[in-house]
Formats: sequence, C-alpha cells, structure tokens
Amino acid sequence: MIPVELTVNGRETHLQLDPRTSLLDALREHLHLTGTKKGCDHGQCGACTVIVEGRRINSCLTLAVMHDGEAITTIEGLGTPDKLHPMQRAFITHDGYQCGYCTPGQICSAVAVLEEIEAGIPSHVTDDLDKVALTDAELRERMSGNICRCAAYPNIIAAINDVAGGAKA
Amino acid sequence: MKPFTYSRATSAQEAATMAASTQGARFIAGGTNLLDLMKLQIETPTHLIDVNPLKLDQIEKTADGGLRIGALVRNTDLAADKVVRHDYGVLSRALLSGASGQLRNKATTAGNLLQRTRCPYFYDTRMPCNKRKPGSGCGALQGMSRNLAILGVSDACIAQHPSDMAVAMRLLDATVDTVGADGAARSIPIADFHLLPGDTPHVETVLKAGEIITSVTLPKPIGGTHVYRKVRDRSSYAFALVSVAAVFGKNDASRFAFGGIGAKPWRTADADAAAGSGAKAVAEAALAGARTTHHNEFKKKLVEQTLTSLYRQKEARA
Repeated sequence: MIPVELTVNGRETHLQLDPRTSLLDALREHLHLTGTKKGCDHGQCGACTVIVEGRRINSCLTLAVMHDGEAITTIEGLGTPDKLHPMQRAFITHDGYQCGYCTPGQICSAVAVLEEIEAGIPSHVTDDLDKVALTDAELRERMSGNICRCAAYPNIIAAINDVAGGAKA
Repeated sequence: MKPFTYSRATSAQEAATMAASTQGARFIAGGTNLLDLMKLQIETPTHLIDVNPLKLDQIEKTADGGLRIGALVRNTDLAADKVVRHDYGVLSRALLSGASGQLRNKATTAGNLLQRTRCPYFYDTRMPCNKRKPGSGCGALQGMSRNLAILGVSDACIAQHPSDMAVAMRLLDATVDTVGADGAARSIPIADFHLLPGDTPHVETVLKAGEIITSVTLPKPIGGTHVYRKVRDRSSYAFALVSVAAVFGKNDASRFAFGGIGAKPWRTADADAAAGSGAKAVAEAALAGARTTHHNEFKKKLVEQTLTSLYRQKEARA
C-alpha cells in the first residue's frame, strides 16, 4: 500500500492505496464520490472525465499514485443541487442528456473545453492554428472523447454554447 | 490488473539503471496506452517506474536553430506550442488529429513514440499474435485486416504503427535522445528508431534494456507548406486508415510521410524525389513493395487519392 494525498474538490484526503488503483476507483470506491462514472474503463467513452490540475483527463487511464499532491475537480466539485455550476444548469435547461450516465463526464469535459478555447489551444478543425474560434464544429471536435449512447449531442452543444455565450456577455 | 510494485524516478539515469536491473520493470509517463494494456493483461509489468517526477517537460530551441522537446511534454502542449504551430505546423496538425482532448492532455511525446499497435489480434488475448506472444502465429494474416499495414510487413506480423505524431516526426527528421543504463547518452534518427517486424515483431524499437527517452529533437525549420491529412472511419477520435504528412517546398523540394499503412511511420526517398511528378507518382513510389490482403487492398488507392487531394489543395492555394 502506498500513501496518496489528493485534494479533491478543495478537500484534502489521505489514502493508502494499492498501486493498481486507478484515479477513477480512488474517487468512487475509496472517497465514495460516485458522480464520476465508469463506462468503458479503457479511455474510449469519456464517462470518467475529471479535471486534474486544471486539465480534463480520463480518470480510468491513470493511477491514483501518479497524482500524489494534485488537485482534482469532479462533478461534485463543480456545483451542488442547490448551487449548480452554469454548465450543469445549461445541461438541464437544454435537455443535454437522456439516461444521464455520461453526463458528469460530458459536463467536466465541457467546462474544460471552454477554458481550452479561451486559452487559444487549437484543435483538429481549427483552420488557422493561431485563431481559435468558438464554433459548433470546434465544440463537436473537442467533445469527441465523450460518447453519449443516447445521442443527446445536439442538446449538449446547445448547452455549451449557452454557457459560452453567457460568459461572454 | 496483475499486481506490481511502484517507484518514482529521481533521475533519468537512475531510472534507466533500475529498469535494466529489475525484471519486469516498465516506465510509466502518461499511462494512457500502458494502463489500457495492463487492464487487458497484454502488458504485465511487475514494477512500474513513474518518470513524471523527472520534469522532462520543456520545449527549448537548440543551438543550431532546432527544437528540443522534453520526453514528458504532453501532446496538447506540444501541439499548442507557438514555435511548433509556426515552424513545424505538420506536427501540430498530426498531434491534433490523434486521440481525444482528454488523452492528449495526458499522453507524452516519448510515450506516443512507444505506443503499441491497435491490431485487433494484438488486443484479443484468445487469438494468436506474434507481437503479444512470440511464436504463437498471426491471426491477422487470414483474419480481419482492413486497418492493418501494407508496407514493411512480414509473414509474422502485419500490424500497423498507430501514431500520427510519429509520422510528422519522421517527416521532420527528428532524432530521439536517450540515456542508457550505463549512463551513456545517444541520439537515434527517427528513421532508425522503429524496427520492422521481420521474424521478431515483439521487438519494436532499437532501445536497449533500461534505455530511457529524454527528449526528441527537431532540426531547424524547413519552411514550406505543412499539411497533415488523416483519412479515417469517423471524422474525429479514430485511428488512421491512411494519413499523409507533407511539406510542400519550392521547386518540388517536397517530402511525404505516411501513417496507417506501415509497420512503422513510412517515408521513402523515392516518394520525396517523385514530388515534381505529381500525386500518382508519389503514391507509386511510396507504395513500392506493398503487400496487401483482400481487406486492406483499398489503402493503395486511398493513398493515391489522399495525395491527389493534397496536391489540388496546394495548387488552389498557389
């Protein structure tokens, strides 16, 4: 067992973990933060997306011990039922889900995507690598690592656009 | 996942020495490929050396005008780097065409070079695979081979190299900088870094036991128009059926490298030399010696058509 300190949603946690423990399993099984979902467990679906040190990653494809001392934000840390994050509210407003299983990953990803665009990080569909614009094509490309089996994609894009527009206003 | 022990590296050389002297040791950086394979018990290391503490995450100009990219620079950061965007655009484009945003945030430069094939027979532990289990045979030769390689293949293995980044690195004549278990540093031209399968498809690179990649160095910028065209089954988040990295220079001084079709990132001097004769000639030169199955024969035509598209795009811009 290896000691691991994580700051999860602003709270310091101290765990003793088998090195095999993925960050996803540490969050769900050890810290009982079950908002982050296990879909494929192989980095293909994006349901496990969390934000680590400001970047979205697949928590299933990384070991918790590799994140000792780091800060992690999960869906529970973005907002609460009483105080929703704007992206959470937008997903509800625009019906950006059906079954909801992929939703925590979609929302964590979407929050980080807007920051990536803001930071000028280009994507595969960026024409001029120096001019990153907020377009539906950009959002679709950047969200391609989050699969929605219910195919709520148009509403997810509408929700993200809503938040992006709100942020600009 | 099989049990393993875990340690954090304190220096590149210490990591190399430890890896060479510890049976079953592997380095872990991003982990996006290794952990996937460990969950499937395709990779079964007994010790993991976490190299992330080495902080090899800098991108810096070299004395001769090139660019040294630390082994741990994440794919997202490399693609977004200002110098890479401006002077090595084909590398940005190749990186951005690969994987997903989440994976690019984690995956490293060295790890990308070392990623394993996505051949379905490599992944399916019930099937024979000479790469996964030497001597067990190749399930792909008579099996589903639509995605697999047509160049550099052998009777033992027709797996394709999956990387986009490495294709651009090959185009740009990168060198892979390493430190060995004995502390000796060396620089390996990327053309020599990956090995063809031959009779030993499980040996994929020239790295010696314990040898660790510390950086990848690009020569000074070559100018020209940089393009990376990836053709795949989905428009995002899919491996290439065929990809073409190209730099179109003046007076037909152009170069081409290919992904999705080779057992390693593919580039030939003949294809570069054919640049002035057009897409069909380049395709013919690049595909010399191609060995196809009935499932992946289409890739030859797809290479030519992708090149034709790039030439038309270039002419339209001119």
